[in-house]
Amino acid sequence: MKKIGLVIQREYLTRVKKKSFLLTTILVPIVIIGFYAAIIAISVSGTSTSQKIAVIDEDSLFNGKIDKAKDDLSSYTFVQNETEQSFRNKYKSQNYTTFLYVPKFAIANPSGIRIHSQSAISLSEKIKIEETVNKAIEAKRMFGSQIDPEKYKAIYSNISIDNPIDSENGEKKSVAGVAYGVSFAAGILIYMILLIYGMMVMRGVMEEKMNRIAEVIVSSIKPFQLMLGKIIGIGAVGLTQFSIWIILVFVLQLVIPLIFPGLFHQMAAHGAAAQAAQQGGPQNMLALVSEGIKSLPLGLMVFCFIFYFLGGYLIYASLFAAVGSAVSEDQQEAQQLTFPIMMPIILGFVIMTKAVNDPNSSLAIFGSLFPLTSPIVMMGRIAYSPPAWQIILSMIFLILGFLFFTWLTAKIYRTGILMYGKKASWKEMWKWAFKK
Amino acid sequence: MSLLEIKNLKKYFATQKAVDDISFSLEKGSIFGLLGPNGAGKTTLIRMITGIFYPDEGEILLDGKKFDPVNDVGQIGYMPEERGLYKKMKIGEQAVYLAQLKGLSKSEAIERVKHWFIKFEMQSWWNKKIEDLSKGMGQKLQFVTTVLHEPKLIILDEPFSGLDPVNSNLIKDEINNLSKRGATIIFSTHRMEQVEEICDHIVLVNKGKKILDGSVAEVKQQFKENLYNIGLDQIPSSFSQQFFEVIGKKENSLVIKINHGFRSNDVLQYFIQQNINVASFNEMLPSLNDIFIKLVEGTPLSRQFQSVTA
Repeated sequence: MKKIGLVIQREYLTRVKKKSFLLTTILVPIVIIGFYAAIIAISVSGTSTSQKIAVIDEDSLFNGKIDKAKDDLSSYTFVQNETEQSFRNKYKSQNYTTFLYVPKFAIANPSGIRIHSQSAISLSEKIKIEETVNKAIEAKRMFGSQIDPEKYKAIYSNISIDNPIDSENGEKKSVAGVAYGVSFAAGILIYMILLIYGMMVMRGVMEEKMNRIAEVIVSSIKPFQLMLGKIIGIGAVGLTQFSIWIILVFVLQLVIPLIFPGLFHQMAAHGAAAQAAQQGGPQNMLALVSEGIKSLPLGLMVFCFIFYFLGGYLIYASLFAAVGSAVSEDQQEAQQLTFPIMMPIILGFVIMTKAVNDPNSSLAIFGSLFPLTSPIVMMGRIAYSPPAWQIILSMIFLILGFLFFTWLTAKIYRTGILMYGKKASWKEMWKWAFKK
Repeated sequence: MSLLEIKNLKKYFATQKAVDDISFSLEKGSIFGLLGPNGAGKTTLIRMITGIFYPDEGEILLDGKKFDPVNDVGQIGYMPEERGLYKKMKIGEQAVYLAQLKGLSKSEAIERVKHWFIKFEMQSWWNKKIEDLSKGMGQKLQFVTTVLHEPKLIILDEPFSGLDPVNSNLIKDEINNLSKRGATIIFSTHRMEQVEEICDHIVLVNKGKKILDGSVAEVKQQFKENLYNIGLDQIPSSFSQQFFEVIGKKENSLVIKINHGFRSNDVLQYFIQQNINVASFNEMLPSLNDIFIKLVEGTPLSRQFQSVTA
């Protein structure tokens, strides 16, 4: 045991001490968040500076008074005695960025309303102007139909319907949208972990074999100890990296609003734009999300995430280690040999994308029980609170799968790392695994 | 008492009898040459002695007790032919790591690595990486890591490959020192002149079987062909006697083969009677190289695959 400890320590320290580790660990989340922020900033840019919009209202739609959308910062100015044609050449020199042209139109069938601008206006700006115009048209139609606007407000309906889940412990709230997002994210995360760290294990084994140190080491410790030490060491590197990322995300969440005070307002505006068809602003959205998260089985999810992370990682890392041990010379060989291992991971990913839409389909249930796909698929289902027996069975299968695959791969590994100069086929690896 | 005793060891692979019933024993403090052509089964044999492979049959006794791979690794130092080190690791750290894997505590390991580095004038290497070293320097480091934990049994597979003569001598001296201090050394190589120089005892394996076992002197005696080199002041044009046959002739010397039933004194007496002055007279023993070639020649260079029925 002490020797496995030494191997773990070496595998862990040599990776964590590398400059590239520090660089990727710190840079990756910053780049991702920065990228996301940049996308938002770019897509909503222009709205933060208030636009000066000229309005030519030939229909007297607004009656000289604009009822702006809630977070519309632009200023509207009515321009008299101009036509669409005549004003086209002038609005720029009069410091307007945009002008809204409302011709005379039939109230039943509005057409010909146009927004002129020097360059394309942003989506959110367009949505805001459309909302303003729609409101004015609605008001005019109500007036025409002699509907009291107050009465209309009282009649207007926009409700969301609860989907409670009946279990033995009584009712639970379900928020499908949030469950969907969280499930999908968790599934993708596990998928990426399996790939990234599995490959890392494989490269480590290949390095040992190609540097010809494997034989030196296995004259001191059992090959199985070396393999296990490597897998655990790299798993610990993964956990370290994830902890740093989680901490960084929290810190960035606190720090970013201080650095870019306008950003969250913009993000809210962005959210509003996306949800503009619905009534209710971003505050409602946020409330909905936080309520949704509260309704999720969070304790269970965190526990399952850790369990499936470890179980899935251990199974796939041992498979990747076996492949690494069979590779004798180059990367290309490794690619060919990893293909059969990639298949179940990709299969798991595909089933997971189906499972988040239909968590109780037989495919999803199968996928979440089969140990090679269950880490990914079960994480995709877990937010929907699958029946307890399925979770327990899936975990038992995962543990059994782990025992079976480590037993199998240890035998391949033991033979593989001492074989030089010859490319091993899957057939040969099969023989190594099942010989006495 | 013998340090290592190997009894009827067998290891069959799917296509080959890699080691087929080999037995021998090693005296404590001896330097033992394990010889054989490529693919003779040397590496498999060594891997069983180091505990990397389990024998299919047979027994290995280390110091009189049954060899236990898990607990006895600290007693063995192994430098494989296919050897290497972690390229990205610092040299000092690497040596300490390997020593720790052999069961040394960290402080003890550091102390011994320092001691050896000073001995081999490698102190300034501590913080360098393996990839910065030349092949020869790497070999020296590899040797240090093999003997660092003071094993009772040291197994060296082609230890001199890639070393220049100066460093070869350094390692050779160190091998002798270790053996004087009681370590037993198994030395596997194809370089017969090194074996003659270093080894006390040799075993030759071919096709998985032991075909020769004995001390270097014994083996040479066993394979001698009664050849002598005789230096003469003048060489007579013809010889009429039954004591020997002339194999080769040079300006002032003859290579002769003494016929069965006669001794060297008979030859000397003959020349004395002929009144020819004998300047020198040496027995010509075969070199290990000759013996090796003689024994192995005729067997295919690489072993054919054979079906195993056992």
